[in-house]
Amino acid sequence: MLLTITYTGQNTQNLGYLLYKNPARPQVFELNHGKAYVFYPEVSNERTTAALMIDIDPIDLARGKAGETGGGLFDYVNDRPYVSSSFMSTAISKVFGTAMSGRADAHQALSDSPLDLTAVITMLPCRGEQEKLRSVFEPLGYEVCYDTSISDEKFLDWGISRYVNLTLKGKVRLRDLLKHIYVLIPVFDRQKHYWVGTDEVEKLLRHGEEWLPEHPERAYITGRYLNRRKSLVNLAFERLAASNAVDDELLAEESVEKPEKKPSLNTQRLGRVVAALKAIDVKSVIDLGCGEGNLLRLLMKERQFTKIAGMDVSHIALRRASDKLKLECANEHILERIQLFQGSLTYRDARLSGYDAACVVEVIEHLDIPRLAAFERALFEFAKPPVILVTTPNKEYNVNYDFLYGEALRHGDHRFEWTRTEFRDWAVKIGSRFGYALQFSEIGEIDEKYGAPTQMGVFTACV
Amino acid sequence: MRIEIPEIAVVTLIGASGSGKSTFAKTHFKPTEVLSSDYFRALISDDENNQRVTSQAFDTLYYVANKRLELGLLTVIDATNVQREARASVLKLAKEQNCHAVAIVLDIPEKVCRERNEQRPNRDFGGHVINRQSEQLRRSIRHLQKEGFRYVYVLKSEDEAREAEIVRTSLWSNKKSEHGPFDIIGDVHGCYEELCELLQSLDYAVDAQRYYATPPEGRKAVFLGDLCDRGPSNVEVLRLVMNMAQSNFAYCVAGNHDVKLVKKLRGNSVQLTHGLDKTIDQLSAQNEEFFAEVRTFLDGLISHYVFDDGKLVTAHAGLIEKYQGRGSRRVREFCLYGDTTGETDEYGLPVRLPWASEYRGKALVVYGHTPTPEAESINNTVCIDTGCVFGGKLTAYRYPEKELVSVMAKREHYPPVKPLFEKPIDTDDMLNIDDVIGLKYIFTRLRRSIKINAENSAAALEVMSRFAADPHWLIYLPPTMSPCETAKLQDYLEYPAEAFDYYKTRGIGKVVCEQKHMGSRAVIVLCRDAKTAQKRFKVNDGSFGIIYTRTGRHFFEEDATENALLARLQSVLEVSRFWEDFATDWVCLDAELMPWSAKAQKLLAEQYAPVGRAGRDGLASAVDSLKKAIAALGENAVKLEEESSRDVDLAALLNACKTRAETLNLYTDAYRQYCWDVKSLDDYRIAPFHILATEGKTWCGENHIWQMDAIKKYMTGTDPIFMATNHLLVDLLDEASVQAGIDWWLSLTASGGEGMVVKPFDFIAMRGNELLQPAVKCRGREYLRIIYGPEYTLGGNLERLKKRSLSKKRGLALHEFALGMESLERFAANDPLYRVHECVFGVLAIESEPVDPRL
Repeated sequence: MLLTITYTGQNTQNLGYLLYKNPARPQVFELNHGKAYVFYPEVSNERTTAALMIDIDPIDLARGKAGETGGGLFDYVNDRPYVSSSFMSTAISKVFGTAMSGRADAHQALSDSPLDLTAVITMLPCRGEQEKLRSVFEPLGYEVCYDTSISDEKFLDWGISRYVNLTLKGKVRLRDLLKHIYVLIPVFDRQKHYWVGTDEVEKLLRHGEEWLPEHPERAYITGRYLNRRKSLVNLAFERLAASNAVDDELLAEESVEKPEKKPSLNTQRLGRVVAALKAIDVKSVIDLGCGEGNLLRLLMKERQFTKIAGMDVSHIALRRASDKLKLECANEHILERIQLFQGSLTYRDARLSGYDAACVVEVIEHLDIPRLAAFERALFEFAKPPVILVTTPNKEYNVNYDFLYGEALRHGDHRFEWTRTEFRDWAVKIGSRFGYALQFSEIGEIDEKYGAPTQMGVFTACV
Repeated sequence: MRIEIPEIAVVTLIGASGSGKSTFAKTHFKPTEVLSSDYFRALISDDENNQRVTSQAFDTLYYVANKRLELGLLTVIDATNVQREARASVLKLAKEQNCHAVAIVLDIPEKVCRERNEQRPNRDFGGHVINRQSEQLRRSIRHLQKEGFRYVYVLKSEDEAREAEIVRTSLWSNKKSEHGPFDIIGDVHGCYEELCELLQSLDYAVDAQRYYATPPEGRKAVFLGDLCDRGPSNVEVLRLVMNMAQSNFAYCVAGNHDVKLVKKLRGNSVQLTHGLDKTIDQLSAQNEEFFAEVRTFLDGLISHYVFDDGKLVTAHAGLIEKYQGRGSRRVREFCLYGDTTGETDEYGLPVRLPWASEYRGKALVVYGHTPTPEAESINNTVCIDTGCVFGGKLTAYRYPEKELVSVMAKREHYPPVKPLFEKPIDTDDMLNIDDVIGLKYIFTRLRRSIKINAENSAAALEVMSRFAADPHWLIYLPPTMSPCETAKLQDYLEYPAEAFDYYKTRGIGKVVCEQKHMGSRAVIVLCRDAKTAQKRFKVNDGSFGIIYTRTGRHFFEEDATENALLARLQSVLEVSRFWEDFATDWVCLDAELMPWSAKAQKLLAEQYAPVGRAGRDGLASAVDSLKKAIAALGENAVKLEEESSRDVDLAALLNACKTRAETLNLYTDAYRQYCWDVKSLDDYRIAPFHILATEGKTWCGENHIWQMDAIKKYMTGTDPIFMATNHLLVDLLDEASVQAGIDWWLSLTASGGEGMVVKPFDFIAMRGNELLQPAVKCRGREYLRIIYGPEYTLGGNLERLKKRSLSKKRGLALHEFALGMESLERFAANDPLYRVHECVFGVLAIESEPVDPRL
């Protein structure tokens, strides 16, 4: 909620002229969701500090402004009024706009020269990325220091708070300091209060044109400033490259990586599923738990499959699948070939019947173990397609993942992960109960001791 | 002429153009019963004479006809129908819908037809058309019966058409006006001794020598068929049942064995297998007269009965909903043999599909045919063939008492073809996706019909499938609770006066205030043992209970904590003799589970604590800077030439910041008191506040003081985990009592207590037909900081917050309450799983409706 800028040297009261704010006159400015105050906690020849304090109305944020429909973006219980967030950047451009532009009339020479400046940004939201503070600010010529504190001193288990008080000290032009802060607060504060669109690309380029292209963290800064929205980030990179003919490294960086990269585990997995289906005489396939339709897209390309269906429990995932498959504008032939519907693997469902094969790719581990019984019956007893492909993680392989400790599972929503034996035991039990023969295979890089990351069982109905 | 028409039928009018079909239809039928081809031509092409759209018009007509017949409504097809092909479609329709086709022929002289047509505008097709049609008609008439029309009536003149009298007759199966009570008796198969004993134990006066039994006053017996074959005394059984039927003491539906016997008696060649040989053997001593009697009786047996306003259906092998009350050969086949696939199993018996596991009908179906060791009940169906002839027992189902009465077989009269004790029929209660998705109307006792929108169901499906516990456990979800109206008092957002007013203005005299424990809502279902869980809840994983959240999720991620807490409750109930006093071996409780941090850890660590930290530190540095600025300003005081709207009084700003900082401390204190570290089981607290249901009974008819007393008596005070809820009875008509209620709330909330819940004295409170809120919450002033933000009490904030609308929240609360009560009633009454699940799912669906989460 507070930003202070301290100027040390001689005649430091001139900071007032550079900021166009009279040290003797505290002022208030209206913001969209509250107010900004400018006042001077220190004024002397040697040392002058200007403070920008913002007061954001939490009720406005939660309810939306009076007369607006649709409500607010934030909860009532909200850190926004107290932190240096994207609201602070907005306030900087509103209150110190002239200073940022570098226009200083009578004091132009002072404005154009680097000064001993120290900025303190209180309560900057910076969840778990403190190390980035240095790599982002130091290349811009600042001495960086920051402090953090415990989240709640009565409950130490809750850990260190996500906020830092950040101090930047350097010999820089005032306008540069302001631009740096303006751009970099929203890089650390992920909860931006505005919609990130092409306007933000413009702002980033305008305020970053002098320093961003050479910044070693430019990719990180650009990505985070634009909320990692791919299209915007690409647009920004192109523009950065165009504005600086020498430096086309940015674009290159993006494109070099791909050819070298091995296909991801997911790509390999889907490839293997499609290959397994192609190896047998199936014409119709249903993907149970199709998610956003990655497997469906591959199946669509194969002429062998004349009837394809995708089912998922999430209607949001289905909408995305429909978008990705462009079903909105698909012709009748395509619509006859593929259909999507919402369903659940724990309910008996006549719509699941009549397919030659069913794929259950990385799905069962998202079911609570006690619900597996319902899934088994819905699929193996009632829908009973002739072929069923089931893939699931091989828990043993997890030792190869650095990011997993102990018994941790690969995904927050996984209810279990099975070892190879556990999976086989389950599959064999199901196979014998419902009359399916089994074949197992492994997908992904094979660890000699622990097997591959993914395991697949192909169930074939015994006639 | 008297024209008799079955109540559900396709009536086909047959006659040339101009023969007066439409006039006839208009005179004798309701306008909506008549589907005219002309009308459908007009409907799809704006021109009722447009012959080029005939095919599309008929498609549409038949579509509508199908829908009407599905609903069991008489339908009249008004088209010429003079050609055999046209009539074939009508007959196909009737067949598909399992109802009779009736032909009413208007064989009117051509001259009259022609004159009529000439009077009509736009009917310019020539006389030759009418000639041709009349000729086709006349050639058709004598074939109509053979084509498949069950009833054919020919009207020869205009007068006859006008004077015809239409009489609608009930189908033979329709005994809806018979309300019982009934004693429905399973497959007897010639077990006379056991039958007599069973009837005696049902209090029938049985004269075994004279083959006669008289029911107790008002009761009637219903035999489910298969009276004969395999057993030792087929003649005796037939005599008794025929005598009872003749005296109007018994109904009997046809069984497959009865049908086979009658074929034999008619002289057809049938194989003397499956025990028919025994019957024939025993009959051989009888005279021709008895043969004839048996033949007539068995021939007259109809496939099934629909009793008691359609609430009860009896059929030998059961009956799916769409066949109930219909008459067709297909329906009869189903009644006799069940849902067969045509295949036979390893014992040479027909393979039967488990129709009952998919049965979703409203009528209770009682049937036999498939012997099982015990009567099997699933989805509103009961199979009571308990294999008496195979050495099992003979079972009767008493309706409406829902009681089973059995007598053991004297011996194995016939070796079972298939081992009887292998579970042969599917008692499966697997839920079907159609039970929950799409637009639904759920009929509840409290608010009749509740609409569940398809998009809400879609959202609930995801929650239910991904996160909820086994649906067998979920017999209830608690309703959302609305706060009271905003306070009239200036400094408060919520205040008890408004909660009391809500009830007082709706004619409620007494309310019960219950302290709101700041924990998380938990529903507890506890069985006395795992066997009960298996038997009553059909949960087979060895668990004996569950603690779940208001969205049906397991409260605890690990089973260990859940089981340990349940075990503690189990021993409390054991000691207090709850199980005996409530005559139950399971219970469903509504409770609050503490600490809040047990469930809300993430919310606290990710939102509440950070806001407190940011607010306290942020404001502290603001205060610090402002103090310095005020001091600095003093030194550099500059006289300003003119004032500006931008000028700020720093002292005032400093004071504001100090006040704000104070609210942040209050806020931090508020959330902290609901958190404590849980190191062992003993750190949990559970406060039950409703005993919702036990075996065969819901306790929602008991008032809240009864609830509090019963909970205190049976559940709290022995084990410190289980705590009582402080409460206060307030008489709304007594000012002192009301003031006491307010004072109590003030004392509860002064130090940040969550507040209280105000409930009407009666669990279910009504004003006339209007269901009232089951509870209204009134939250403490300090507590509300963690809902509306630390600073909600400052400046104009309260005023702005007071503008809030409760109507949607209250609407949802009532719907959810009605569904919650309904699901408990249904479970207590042993309704099938899908009937309980639809209510629980409904609550979850309604919860997906967006509403201000702070209310």
